[in-house]
This record gives sequence, C-alpha cells and structure tokens, in this order.
Amino acid sequence: MAGVEATARARAGASPRIFEVRLAGAVRGLVPYTVITVILLAWELFAHSGLVTPFMLPPIEAVAQMVWLDIATGSLFVNLGATLYRTFVGFGIAAVGGIAIGLLMANSRIVNWLLDPVVSAGFPMPKIAFLPVFILWFGLYDLSKIILIIVNAVFPVIIATTSGLRAVEREFVWSARSMGASERRVRWEIVLPAALPQILTGLQVALPISLIVAIVSEIIMAGDGLGGAMIASARYLQSPAVFAGIVEIAFTGFLVIKAMEIIRARALAWHTEATHTVVL
Amino acid sequence: MTLTAVTRYLPLLLLALLWEAATRIGLVSPLVLPPFSDVIVAWVDLARGGELLTNGLSSLYRTFSGLGLAIVVGSVAGFFMAWSPTVQSLLQPVVRLFYPMPKSALIPVLALWLGFGDKSKIALIFLGCLLPVILSAFNGARGTEQALMWSARSMGASRLRVLLDVMVPTALPELLSGIRIALAYSFILLVSSELVAARSGLGFLVGMLGEGGVYNAMFAGVLTIAALGFAADRLFLMLSNRVLRWRE
Repeated sequence: MAGVEATARARAGASPRIFEVRLAGAVRGLVPYTVITVILLAWELFAHSGLVTPFMLPPIEAVAQMVWLDIATGSLFVNLGATLYRTFVGFGIAAVGGIAIGLLMANSRIVNWLLDPVVSAGFPMPKIAFLPVFILWFGLYDLSKIILIIVNAVFPVIIATTSGLRAVEREFVWSARSMGASERRVRWEIVLPAALPQILTGLQVALPISLIVAIVSEIIMAGDGLGGAMIASARYLQSPAVFAGIVEIAFTGFLVIKAMEIIRARALAWHTEATHTVVL
Repeated sequence: MTLTAVTRYLPLLLLALLWEAATRIGLVSPLVLPPFSDVIVAWVDLARGGELLTNGLSSLYRTFSGLGLAIVVGSVAGFFMAWSPTVQSLLQPVVRLFYPMPKSALIPVLALWLGFGDKSKIALIFLGCLLPVILSAFNGARGTEQALMWSARSMGASRLRVLLDVMVPTALPELLSGIRIALAYSFILLVSSELVAARSGLGFLVGMLGEGGVYNAMFAGVLTIAALGFAADRLFLMLSNRVLRWRE
C-alpha cells in the first residue's frame, strides 16, 4: 500500500501535502458513482428481498434484458426515431415561429397589442388539456402530437425572445447607427446576437417540454414511439418492459438536454458566458 | 387602471367574438368547433350538475398536495445542499440522474404501484415538482455573498442561524421563481395523469366527454383547466411580489 502511494507520489512529482489534496479530490470524485451504485444496489436487494413481487419491482437484470432485447430487435431505434422525430419537428417549428413572433412583437406596436394578452394568458396555461381537442381536430397520428408540442413549446420561446430583445443595451444600437449601419444590419448584427443568450435559454426550456409532451401524447394516444411502447407493455402487464421504457425515456431525456447544452456552448463561444461554468 | 386592463385584454375578447362568428356563419363546422356561446351554456350545465365542482376539487386537492409536499421537501433539501458540502455531494448525483428524465414516463408505474386514485397523482406531481424546487433553493442559497455569512458568523450566529437568517432570505427570490415553474409542471402532470389513468378529476372529465363526443362540454372542461392554471399562476405571482416587497 505504502509502495503504491510512494510511486504515485513520485509520478505526480509532488509533495505529500499536494498528494493528500489530490487524493481527497479523487475520493470526492468517486462520491457520485458511489451514490448511484448504492441506489442501484438498493433496488436490486429490494427486488430480491421478497417484500415486493417481481411484478411491482422487477430486478435490474430483468429490466436490462428487456432493454437489450429492444436494442437487439431494433424496436428501440424505431420507437426512439418516432419520438425524436415528433419532438424535433415540433420543437423546430416552435423555435423558428416563436423567435419570429417575438421579433414581430418587439418591432410592431400593433402586433404586440394583439398578441401580448394571448401570450401572457397562454404561457401559464396547462396546454396539455387541449389534447382531446387536438385529437378531435387532427386525429391520432403525428399531426396532432406535433401540433400539441408546438403549442406547448412556443410560449417560452416567444417570452424569452421579447424579453431578450427588450434588454439589449441601447448604447449598442445607437453606436451602430451612428457609425452608419442600416436598420437591417442593426437588427441582424447587433440586436439579435445581444439577445441570443436569453433566446437560447428559452429554447433550453422549450426542448425538454417538447420531449415531455411527445411522451405524454404517445402514452395517451398509444401507437408507436417510446411512450406508446411503454403504455402497450403496461396494458399487457409486462412490468420489466414498462421499467425498460422508463430507462429508455430517461436516457433520451439526458441525451436531449446534453445536446442542447452543447449547442448553447457553440452558439455562445464568443460570449463572456463561455468562460464561466454554468452550474447544473 | 380598469380602462387600460380593458384595452390590454381586448384582443382576447376579439378572439372569443371571432370564434363565435366563425361558427355561426358556418365557416367552421359545429362538430369541429362548437360556438363559444354553446360552450358557455355547457359550462353552466356542468357547474349546475356538480361535475365541475367535485372533479375540480379532486384535481385541486391532488395538485396542491403534490406541489406542497415538493415545496417543503425540495426547499429543505436544496438549502441543506447549499449549506453542507457533504449533503451536496450526496444529493447532487441523485438530482443530476433524475433531472433530465421526463417525469410523465412514471405515470404507468405509479398507477401500477399506487392505483388509479389520488395517491398515484400526488406522487407524480411531487416527483415532477421536486427537482425544480431543489435546484432553485440550492442555486439561490449558493449565491449568498460570503461576506454576509462571515459577518453573521463573526457576530456570533451559529451555523444553523446563518442558514435560516442569511441564506434562506437571500435565496427567496430564486426559490419563488423555481416554485412558479413547479406550479406550471404540476398542472401539466395533473392533466396528463388524469387523462391516462383516473376515475375523477378535470382531466378525466375532459377525456370522458371527448370520448363520448359531447364536444361543447369537453371544450368547457378544457377552458376550465386552462383558466385554473392561469389563475393559479397569477395568484402565485401576486403572492410572491408581496413576499418580496422588502427587497427594493
């Protein structure tokens, strides 16, 4: 043990004190994995303890086997593709439309007067309640799901865009104008980039909402997609498959949120924000 | 004041009139969109029959139990995470693990475990609202200026006193905006879980009326849920502005 420590110290080429600090850092780095391992162990032990039936809480290996089966048969990719397609088409339309509406509202008094009450009333409403209405209007397939996603995701984008545009420092606009920039260039080269961090925050709110609505609408309307596959397993009372669905959906959520963080970091590489680490 | 409010919300009135006109002149089939006035009549019928009240109460009970639990547990957890590095290192991985997960995925399992009644909805709303509350309490309390904490400590405050008298008040604005997000989530989760698996509640009522083809009553139910969500948000904003009045 002491030998290992000595070689590590020699390799690090550092004093014992620094080594201790590093060791403490390494131990702290291990804590998250330990916590997650403990959670998984507790699940496994509880599932095998006989206190619950395998139906209520299937053991991890049964769930992992189901996930593996979904991968091997390819059904995971089919359902993932369907869910992501709806999520990103809806999100994309909401993003472009929301930014456009926000721009119009910030630039035109009449548009602002018309839309401001609609937006401020629509934003806090639980728009998922319109699901039965959209089923009536647009059927049970992609169209109604995508429209429901758009309706849910567009409001945070509009609100982030208008408030971002309003917060742009006037000095920037004035100096660009005084240096002879046209209104068009002021809008595209000054105002929009300055409002970009807030617009991106709006998009970061809208993307998880899009995924949540995609999953909920699939659960309610059934059919394909990760939510649809999960509710079908629930109807057939296959609880390992239901848990596998949760794992797959959770992993998708993780991927989607990470992707958005990377996009933000790329788009704002020029911004002071890039040098600050954003916490959790 | 009242006049500006009228001009401000005039577009909503215009929208309602447009709705009424489009259906009355036959631009839209009443099977697709019942006239606004018919929806109002259906709403009055639902209210008289008592369906609106019983289902509304059970929905509100679920929302506020779940949200209330999440606020209590979440803010305590968030504050302790900011207060003690040990608590933070234990809870942060759990938060990171569950944060990106769409909580609506838990609807089938919770129905399996807790049945089709109140418990599964309250648990879902609790879980869905918990993380935004924890994160806002944590981030708000972490933003407390070190100098403030040091001066409180040097003036003889215990560590617990510093938490209660310095960190909690500084965190309050951020915590309240986190709770506002949680409030929005709570309605979304309530309606989705009631649409999927329930025997009462406004979401259940709307789903049932839609399946039965009673569209004017369904629209009345949908508008009721939307109005409740809106009113809850406005009330919460008023309340939090009051609470934060000391901050100039």
